[in-house]
Amino acid sequence: MEFVNTFIKAAFIENLVLSYFLGMCSFLAVSKSVKTAFGLGLAVIFVLAITMPINWLISTYLLSEEGLFGMDLTFLRFILFIAVIASMVQLVEMVVEKYSPSLYSALGIFLPLITVNCAILGGSLFMISRELTLSNSVAFGLGGGFGWFLAIVALAAIREKMRYSNVPPALRGLGMAFILTGLMGIAFMSLMGIDPAAFVK
Amino acid sequence: MAETAVQEKEPIIQFGKKERKLLTDPLNDNNPITVQVLGICSALAVTSLVYPSLVMAIAVTLVTAFSNLFTSMIRNYIPKQVRMIVQLVIIAALVTVVELILKYYNYPIYKQLSVYIGLIITNCIVMGRLEAFAMANKPWRSFLDGLGNGLGYGAILVIVGIIREIFGKGTLFAGSPIELKIIGPNAEYLVNTTESVLFGWYSNNNLMVLPAAAMFIIGILIWIQRSYNTKLVDVS
Repeated sequence: MEFVNTFIKAAFIENLVLSYFLGMCSFLAVSKSVKTAFGLGLAVIFVLAITMPINWLISTYLLSEEGLFGMDLTFLRFILFIAVIASMVQLVEMVVEKYSPSLYSALGIFLPLITVNCAILGGSLFMISRELTLSNSVAFGLGGGFGWFLAIVALAAIREKMRYSNVPPALRGLGMAFILTGLMGIAFMSLMGIDPAAFVK
Repeated sequence: MAETAVQEKEPIIQFGKKERKLLTDPLNDNNPITVQVLGICSALAVTSLVYPSLVMAIAVTLVTAFSNLFTSMIRNYIPKQVRMIVQLVIIAALVTVVELILKYYNYPIYKQLSVYIGLIITNCIVMGRLEAFAMANKPWRSFLDGLGNGLGYGAILVIVGIIREIFGKGTLFAGSPIELKIIGPNAEYLVNTTESVLFGWYSNNNLMVLPAAAMFIIGILIWIQRSYNTKLVDVS
């Protein structure tokens, strides 16, 4: 139950992109069409769900004082985490290139840039600061990725419709995307009152 | 003697028109946040108060400037396939240094910024400038470019921070040694001295404290900027 709890919390109540602003760069830049947003969202779910448990193992068994080296190595955290993330992204890139070349070319530079998608590293850092357990970190990774996926697909859908609206020229594109994201953030805040524990029972 | 010899084969450090442009360009025409859309991630969440945004701005400026400098120094020795890892290691090392310094000198603000200090690593502006500029330019130029971009980024951060703090909390620089109360019934400065309470009726706008407000403010900043700087307008 704890697992479902954390999943719901990470996906809806503490949505990574809409309440913490993580992963904003690609969120705003790749949300022009639903199709590419969908692909990027799936890639983010995958990378987030894989890297969180790996980083959990690293920080528990290698970097902590009770770990393999018997000393406090937490200052190496950033470098190791980012190395794990970079190699996972490399893996995803190879898989996507092999099985879906059209998606690969549509995502372009933003596929390798998942490495520097703040949502991924941010997920791992939140995991550390909230002291999650291993199974909870998997749930947090899956839920956070799912929330990110939902948000980017929703924004892409709105922006596709937005093309037919009469927006002032100076606000067109980026400016409008910012304001839309703000509105979506407020809409997501209405989920904040939900208590997942009561919901799951 | 030595000085003239250095002069002849182009000094390493010079400051002419081109260099000045590197510094001023990111402030408006090529602003990291409002034009390049880089580095929004780790920034917006810290802008509900001015003081943390100022600290964040300084930290990011230092990291962009020095990572640009170091990457540019070794740019000819980095194999192309592993350049991302090399760049990330440089950035991560610098961010670790910044984190440790901040933890030592100002623990409360370190606590307040929490994961967002670590997230400077994945701040797209650092990586973006390394890829776009430092990999192709000499160290001094790259350093200036990093400095300029950090400043352009910091400027937006501080503007958003000021707006959000004044209207959301009625204060300025809360948490720092020079906290000012600007607006509202308890204000002490500017228009609101005890004799003339001009804005005493004002009560804090809680929307401004929410992260969503930062999105609105930046959206409106982009709107204002593009109205004056029409060459930036999106044509599509």
